[in-house]
Amino acid sequence: MGPVTAGVFQLLAVTGALALVHIPLGTYMAGVYSSKRHLRVERWIYKGIGADPDTQMRWPAYLRGVLVFSLAGVLFLYALQRVQGVLPGSLGFASIDPDQAFNTAVSFVTNTNWQSYYGEQATGHVVQTAGLAVQNFVSAAVGMAVAVALVRGFARSRSGELGNFWADLVRGVVRILVPLAFVAAIVLVACGVVQNFSGIHEVGQFMGGSQEWNGGAVASQEAIKELGTNGGGYFNANSAHPYENPTPFSNLFEIFLILVIPFSLTRAFGVMAGSVKQGYAILAAMGTIWLGFVSLMMWSEFSHHGPAFELANGAMEGKEVRFGIAGSSLFAVSTTLTSTGAVNSFHSSFTGLGGGITMLGMMLGEIAPGGVGSGLYGMLVMAVVAVFIAGLMVGRTPEYLGKKIGTREIKQAALYILVTPALVLVLTAAAMALPTPGHSMTNSGAHGFSEILYAYTSASNNNGSAFAGLDADTQWFNTTLGIAMLLGRFLPMVFVLALAGSLARQTPVPFTAGTLRTGKPLFAGLLVGATLIITGLTYFPALALGPLAEGLA
Amino acid sequence: MTHSLTNTARMLGAGLRALLALTLVTGVVYPLVITGIAQGLFNGQANGSEIKADGKVVGSSLIGQNYSLPLEKGQDSPAPDLKWFQGRPQNGLGVNSVNTQYRLILSGATNRSGDNQELVQWVKDAKAAVVRANSTAGHTVEPSEVPADAVTSSGSGLDPDISPQYANLQVRRVAERNGLPVAEVRSLVDEHTEGRVLGFMGEPRVNVLELNIALKELLARG
Repeated sequence: MGPVTAGVFQLLAVTGALALVHIPLGTYMAGVYSSKRHLRVERWIYKGIGADPDTQMRWPAYLRGVLVFSLAGVLFLYALQRVQGVLPGSLGFASIDPDQAFNTAVSFVTNTNWQSYYGEQATGHVVQTAGLAVQNFVSAAVGMAVAVALVRGFARSRSGELGNFWADLVRGVVRILVPLAFVAAIVLVACGVVQNFSGIHEVGQFMGGSQEWNGGAVASQEAIKELGTNGGGYFNANSAHPYENPTPFSNLFEIFLILVIPFSLTRAFGVMAGSVKQGYAILAAMGTIWLGFVSLMMWSEFSHHGPAFELANGAMEGKEVRFGIAGSSLFAVSTTLTSTGAVNSFHSSFTGLGGGITMLGMMLGEIAPGGVGSGLYGMLVMAVVAVFIAGLMVGRTPEYLGKKIGTREIKQAALYILVTPALVLVLTAAAMALPTPGHSMTNSGAHGFSEILYAYTSASNNNGSAFAGLDADTQWFNTTLGIAMLLGRFLPMVFVLALAGSLARQTPVPFTAGTLRTGKPLFAGLLVGATLIITGLTYFPALALGPLAEGLA
Repeated sequence: MTHSLTNTARMLGAGLRALLALTLVTGVVYPLVITGIAQGLFNGQANGSEIKADGKVVGSSLIGQNYSLPLEKGQDSPAPDLKWFQGRPQNGLGVNSVNTQYRLILSGATNRSGDNQELVQWVKDAKAAVVRANSTAGHTVEPSEVPADAVTSSGSGLDPDISPQYANLQVRRVAERNGLPVAEVRSLVDEHTEGRVLGFMGEPRVNVLELNIALKELLARG
């Protein structure tokens, strides 16, 4: 079997596993968010918070919950890093500088997990395990909560009530993320991912002398890092590090973990909205884009265009032997079409077009299948736009799932879609126009521009991967990328929740012969088209200056 | 104004309490339980898959090492010890600069693009070095025989594996340097070549540390 055939089989294996799991998991998640019962541990937590989980919230209250919880997360994580030097269990690692601590705190709370620090030399057990890994769970649960609130906006009528943020947050963690991460962590340890608290210790070497290794709670963090589409590595090399991703099987397993919740949420959406067909249409649109991108990436990487790769006879720079071209391509696409940003190979050393595919994946808004929660609400906003476009074409009032898409709704959807391109393009332009940010580039020419475009694309879309040649640990990048992450996360959430609120207040319109059939393949196709055209037109000039210029040279 | 301030403070308090409660679940209980199970059931893996030779720990089967001669005066980097199988180039590794009480290696890649002149030069130099080192008295290595992994750095810089092609390319040299029959070294490589998992996952590979340990044992048996 050749490497290309093996790649196709790996793609089929991941697809098959997702097809099997998404139905039971999605149905289970729908049940979790619709359940009237509270577990005992959940009651303790609600008591601790001082919140009544049965109070229904309208969108402003729900949004306040999201914002104060996230603000608390930023403050806590910032403080934890600033006092690391005096905390026990920090292995002698020093406190982290203010600009970097701000960047990292924002990065993990916004589910971005951009890293301007080196895990190996900057963070001890406490910051990693009680700080960063906790945000891996809760930032994912916040994303799912917002998605569920939007689904309730479609499913409910004449009330404006979107559920209870605290209940959604706690249930997402306790009933969904912790059990899944538990199983995943044990599987990863069995593969060889380390899990200990032995600190930094010395180990002998074959040629004599010794080397020093970091120990740590890596498997427990790796599991939720992928499952929560977070992506912040315990080590600098992230999932390329053999202690994070030791075997070809662990590689496919981690890709599966990245994709499983985002794809399953389409099922949860279908169940909660009262028609699983609607969920399938969303799933089909996501799956089509994902499969298309994987195919393009494999083609580009196997054909290894570029002077150094042609000389080397293969695009293996920045890739591990055990994963090969196919396993690296599959991971790269999955991590950039979700908000993960974990890497098992370094995107900066992909072919010009391959690097462009990773960027375009993020630019689509990470909706195929997207981050946990953020992928579903992003794709549903895109569905609102697609319905609107279809309505314009046939001259009917657009409706989606029995709700009218009026001026108010389309404004909210449009604002949602405009946030990230505005951040990416304005900040990239500013960085290019100023004299000093360019000094952070490792590569020159089109690829140097791509490093900066990639950084702002990644931060604004809360991805976290990088063309890592860019030295982003400067005050300029720590600060502006931090701002991009904050605005790129929370502004869209404001518009999503406002949209959910106005949908939930409406009286449903009856289904008639003239209603657009949004549960059909034709609509899935329209959705894919709308997604590609809207983002394609927005970013084409920027892509032409970077990856296209490099790839077509 | 004061009302809204106290209101905000009250809500922020709720947010902090929620965070602390969830930190207890996901940041304390969860990792400790996983560590307990991992240490009990998968002790070797959880502690880094250490590997022994002659009763001494000589590294991890997952972490790539250098097989170099001691650094000599006037050299920037030590020369490879051609007696042993060599791993991939490691141009992306970093040196610990923050917490200098440790001699940690920072994992990482070069992040050089395909059109980067430095990378082009590294690949050229590496290819020439592989051709030179592996050409023996009876056999000259052609540049086209050199596989991509032999001249590129990995993503982590710690890749423990090489492709079977690169291992086979080194067989004649290793046999010559150790005074062993070529066939014997080749069968050693064959024994240590791992195929794809279940026939389709990943790529075929040879673990360099395990191969060198086996070679050392072969030499000791003499």
